[in-house]
Amino acid sequence: MNSFPIVVIGAGPAGLSAAIEAAKAGAKVLVIDENLKPGGQLFKQIHKFFGSRVHKAGVRGMDIGRQLLEETKNLGIEVWLDTEVCGIDQTKNIWAIRNKDTSVNIRAEKVIVASGATENAVRFPGWTLPGVMGAGAAQTMINTNHVLPGKKILMVGSGNVGVIVSYQLLQAGAEVVGIIEAAPQLGGYGVHTAKVRRAGVPFYTAHTIKRAMGDHCVAGAEIVGLDAGWNPIPGTEKVLKIDTICLATGLTPLTELAWIAGCEFTYIPELGGHVPIHDLHMESTVKGIYIAGDISGVEEASTAMEEGRLAGISAAADLGCYTAEEKRKRTLEIWDHLNALRCGQFGQKRRDAKDRILAVGKEMISWAVHV
Amino acid sequence: MTRICEHPILGDLTGVDQVTIIVDGKPYPAHEGEMIAAALLANDIKTFRYTAHQHRPRGIYCGIGRCTDCIMTVDGIPNIRTCITPVRDGMVIETQYGVGEWKRGDHHE
Ligand SMILES: Cc1cc2nc3c(=O)[nH]c(=O)nc-3n(C[C@H](O)[C@H](O)[C@H](O)COP(=O)(O)OP(=O)(O)OC[C@H]3O[C@@H](n4cnc5c(N)ncnc54)[C@H](O)[C@@H]3O)c2cc1C
Ligand code: FES
Repeated sequence: MNSFPIVVIGAGPAGLSAAIEAAKAGAKVLVIDENLKPGGQLFKQIHKFFGSRVHKAGVRGMDIGRQLLEETKNLGIEVWLDTEVCGIDQTKNIWAIRNKDTSVNIRAEKVIVASGATENAVRFPGWTLPGVMGAGAAQTMINTNHVLPGKKILMVGSGNVGVIVSYQLLQAGAEVVGIIEAAPQLGGYGVHTAKVRRAGVPFYTAHTIKRAMGDHCVAGAEIVGLDAGWNPIPGTEKVLKIDTICLATGLTPLTELAWIAGCEFTYIPELGGHVPIHDLHMESTVKGIYIAGDISGVEEASTAMEEGRLAGISAAADLGCYTAEEKRKRTLEIWDHLNALRCGQFGQKRRDAKDRILAVGKEMISWAVHV
Repeated sequence: MTRICEHPILGDLTGVDQVTIIVDGKPYPAHEGEMIAAALLANDIKTFRYTAHQHRPRGIYCGIGRCTDCIMTVDGIPNIRTCITPVRDGMVIETQYGVGEWKRGDHHE
């Protein structure tokens, strides 16, 4: 039986930040990830981040990823890659498969679950054809694997992921034939949207996809205009010659591990659906199990890192690495960062949604110390 | 050919070792260590398997090992997620039909 004071599940921006903070506080940490390489979704984010300087704004996601790996190494944090966590019980017994063939059990005093999110699908005739994929999948292919998933792309969804990935597809040499958005207005940050528009990509607001065409793989797409009630308007159909359809239609938190660990959930549609209830310290309703990053509500890598830091500090403090006063001080400092990130047109909505989780957490988590 | 050889931010793709993979009996070039799905896309192969009941084609969908749409039979073992499994020189990759079939009893070499 392996035993660690703190086990972090997921080596994305949230998990790595959690491990770094916990190790800095003096706790012994193990980080587990199912991938062959650490970093989660960070290395495919080759764009520069927003926010202020403390949030590494102006730095590309991939470079932030390198810094996190460097710190992880310098702190001597143990990282198990190619290790898939399959189960975790309320006594914080973790069951994982290493290298796809060896079953291991790990006893943890504190567990931080930072498992990320998964992309949503939209269904339409032809949606299962090869050539229809998540926008994040296309991003993974170009930026991580150096291959283009197609040459002529239709992007479905104009939110941040839709416009960021469209721009990255252009950078990689693909043609983005159009971006369709069901809502009457565009959904992404102005800066990213403007870059794509300047490159000449047409946006179709109040449009949806009617069907993907092709027998063996995508050979075209039919799009259609929508009225104010989101009903298709007959006669507005248009056929686009494309070979790839990317779906940027939101993400859902990857919460299975939190469910089986017995965490209580609340439904917050703005953050992707069912999310584990947590308090200001990112502790769930199961004492000693913390969550951070997309699993606690889909946002961005910058907020995922701050939440990871919160969880790392809390877990280490609860093991006795920090006094109550130190924990309080550090926690408040990070909340200042989080509040600064969650502002503006899009951020405020996320902040309000997060406040609703915290309000439930305040009711349900009896041992929580409210700072 | 859909490989991204030059890129304004990622830089140029140089110094990669070539390997050969066998896809449905035919040899194809691949880059050492890249994911099977990437190697197939680079060779313009988009259909990875056919479903059990309606025999519909499938390719990559999530690209990060979550959805199992990209599974193929690899070195005799069915249901391998090709988007998160790296190629090896001489690897035998086959289009999978339905749930596939085991062509090897023991996958420990
Ligand atoms: C494909 C994709 C592309 C994205 N692109 C962008 C973008 O361009 N811009 C943007 O702002 N946001 C993007 N996002 C949102 C993104 O999720 C956040 O920016 C950020 O990466 C979240 O960090 P995280 O640490 O919570 O999760 P992740 O970075 O996803 O890390 C979670 C890690 O946990 C691992 N894991 C999960 N379950 C297990 C298990 N059972 N056992 C072992 N390991 C496990 C995963 O493999 C992964 O490595 C993208 C999301 C996805 C899915
Ligand atoms: S494409 Fe989803 S698992 Fe490979």
